[in-house]
Amino acid sequence: MATNNPPLLEVRNLRVEFPTRRGTLIAVDNVSFEISPGEVLGVVGESGAGKSLTGNAIIGLLEPPGRIAAGEIRLEGRRIDTLPYEEMRKVRGARIGAIFQDPLTSLNPLYSVGRQLVETIQTHKQLSATAARARALELLKEVGIPGAEHRIDHYPHQFSGGMRQRVVIALALCADPRLIVADEPTTALDVSIQAQIIALLKRLCREHKTAVMLVTHDMGVIAETADRVAVMYAGRIAEIGPVRDVIKHAQHPYTKGLMGSIPHLGERGERLTQIDGSMPRLTEIPRGCAFNPRCTFRGERCLVDRPELMAAGASRAACWLHDARGVGAPVAKEPANA
Amino acid sequence: MPEFVRIDGLKRYFDVSPPWLVRKLENRPRQIVQAVDGVDITIAKGETFSLVGESGCGKSTVARLVVGLYPPTAGTIAFDGHDMAQRRKGSETSALRRRLQMIFQDPYASLNPRWRVFDIIAEPIRAFGLARDKADLRKQVEDLLRQVRLTPADGAKFPHEFSGGQRQRISIARALASRPEFLVCDEPTSALDVSVQAQILNLMMDLQRRLQLTYLFISHNLAVVYHISTRVGVMYLGRVVEQAPTETLFRRPKHPYTRMLLDTIPDLEMTGRQRMPVGGEVPSPINPPSGCTFHPRCPFANERCKIERPKALPIEGGSVACHGIEEGRIPVEERRYEKAS
Repeated sequence: MATNNPPLLEVRNLRVEFPTRRGTLIAVDNVSFEISPGEVLGVVGESGAGKSLTGNAIIGLLEPPGRIAAGEIRLEGRRIDTLPYEEMRKVRGARIGAIFQDPLTSLNPLYSVGRQLVETIQTHKQLSATAARARALELLKEVGIPGAEHRIDHYPHQFSGGMRQRVVIALALCADPRLIVADEPTTALDVSIQAQIIALLKRLCREHKTAVMLVTHDMGVIAETADRVAVMYAGRIAEIGPVRDVIKHAQHPYTKGLMGSIPHLGERGERLTQIDGSMPRLTEIPRGCAFNPRCTFRGERCLVDRPELMAAGASRAACWLHDARGVGAPVAKEPANA
Repeated sequence: MPEFVRIDGLKRYFDVSPPWLVRKLENRPRQIVQAVDGVDITIAKGETFSLVGESGCGKSTVARLVVGLYPPTAGTIAFDGHDMAQRRKGSETSALRRRLQMIFQDPYASLNPRWRVFDIIAEPIRAFGLARDKADLRKQVEDLLRQVRLTPADGAKFPHEFSGGQRQRISIARALASRPEFLVCDEPTSALDVSVQAQILNLMMDLQRRLQLTYLFISHNLAVVYHISTRVGVMYLGRVVEQAPTETLFRRPKHPYTRMLLDTIPDLEMTGRQRMPVGGEVPSPINPPSGCTFHPRCPFANERCKIERPKALPIEGGSVACHGIEEGRIPVEERRYEKAS
C-alpha cells in the first residue's frame, strides 16, 4: 500500500527509445511510478505495450540498440540508470533480483543448480563455500523443492518447469534483494503449477519484506498478487491505482474494455465486450491519446492533446474524460479493420 | 440428441524409444508414451464440445486424431455415421474430409509466409474443386474475408503484414473455405492477447450460429471453455476423467481433478477466495501411475484407487471415472459464481 515512507523504487518520466534506420521508435514514453518497500506492483498490458521493456530498463538489461533516452530511475534514493555496467552488475542481484518467463533459459544447463546458487551467493556475500552451500540448500527448501538435499546436485534439465521456476526464484532471492522484477513468471507454466508459484512468491515476499514489480499480461495473476496495478498501453501508463479499484471500477476506457474482454465464470454464451482493432505499432502511434482510434468515448480533444495521468476515482488515469474540460465534441469511433 | 461425431475407445501410443542399437548396447527397454489412452466422446450437431486439461494430457493429440493427422493405435472415430478409418474410394474420402477442418494454435506457424492471403484461403476451394471458374473463386474468397471481418483488399497481402489476431481470422477463413460442418479448434486463442481473444471468440460464436457449425474446442483456459462450450470433457494423462454439460461441470464438479482445475481459475471478482495450490505435478505419460492415474495427487485416494482403473460411469447427463464418486465417499460440492459487476 502506498505510504508516506520514501519509495524503494522511483521511476520518473522514463523514456526508452530504439533508433532504427527509419527513425527513432519510442517504446516506453514518459512512464512514472514508484514502489514502496514490501509492495507488489503489477504491470499489465498486451504484447508490445512496453511492460517488459520498463522492467528491463530498471534492472539495466535493455537489449541494444534500445536505450534509456530520458528520465531517471532511483533505487533507495540512489540513481541507478546512469551507473556504469560493472556497478550496475553489483546492484543487480544484490539489491534487485530478476525472474524471467522461461526458467530453462534463465539457468545454465551445464552447471548443477547448487553450483549456480553457490556462485551467486558468493558473488554478493562474503561466505565460505560450505556456508554458501548450506545457504543454497536452505533456499531450495524454502522454495519448496522436495528432497532438496540430493536435488541440489541435479542439473536444470532434470527438473520440471514448475520446479525450475522455483530454482530461479531461489536464485533471485540469494542475496536478499529489496526488489524483485518478475517478468511473466507464471506464463510458461500450467495452471495448477501457476497457482503454486504465485502462492510461493506471495509468501516469500511477505516473509522477506521484498517489493515486487510483477510484469504480466494475465489480469488474474495481478488480481491475486498485486497491491497496486499499472495498466500500460502503447508505451504509456493508461491507468494506475489500487488493484481492487482498477479491476472493479476501471476509469480508463481501455482498462474497461480489457476487463470486459476477459471471460467470466457466471455468464455464459453471451458476447464478450470487445475492443475493436488492435494496439498500434510503434511506428504509427496516433496523435493525441494513443487509444483514441479504438475508443467509444473519444472527442475532438483526444485526437489532438495527449492526456497525462490525472486523478480518476481512487486511481489515476490518462484520459480526458476525467478532466474538467472533458473530451470535447464527440467523434465517432473508426470502423473496425478499416 | 442426434450424435454427429462419435469417438470410441480411442488410443494413440507414440514410440519414443532410443534407437535399436542404443537399446541393445545399453540394455534399455522400449518406451511408449500413452498420449491418448481410451477416450469415448460423442458430439451432437451444432454444439461445442471442449476438451480441457494441462499440457501433456493428450488433448491436442485427440484433435489431431479426429482430423486424421495421426492414425489411431486403437478405437474408432465416426463422423456423421461414417467410420473414418474405413478404406473407401478417393472421391468419397475427399467428400468426407471437406466437411471437417482444423484451426491451429499458432497463427504465425500455420500460414505459409510465401503465399498471399488470397491463395491461402483459395487453396481448399481449389483442392476440393468447389469453384466454377476464376470469378467464382474470387467471389468466394472475398466473401470469406468479409465473414471474418477482414476486407477483400487484404487478400493481396502476405501473412507477415497482419497481427496475431488478424492471422487467426485468416486461419478461420481458410478453415471455412471448404464449407465444413465440423471444426476442430486446437487452442485457437491461447497465443493471443485478451482483447483480441475476445474478438476471436465472439467471431467463432457468431459463425457457429450463422453456419450451424459443430466445434471440438481444445483449450487449457477454463474461463474460455466455460464461456463457449455446450459440454466439456476434462482430460488427465490421456483419459477423459469427467464429462458433463458445462453448467453441471462448473457448478457441481465431481472428479477431484476437475475440482482442482476449477480451484486454479484466477479470481477476478476479488472475493478474497484463496486459490488452493495443489501439490504435485502431472506424472510422465511414459510411466503413468497404476489404477486411477490421478491417485498420487488425489486427497481422497485409497487402496482401490491405486490398483483398479476406474470406469466412466454415467451421472447427471455426463460421466465420471472415479471410485470415490461411485462409492459415495467424496462429498458433493456446489459452486456459485457471481456475475461481473
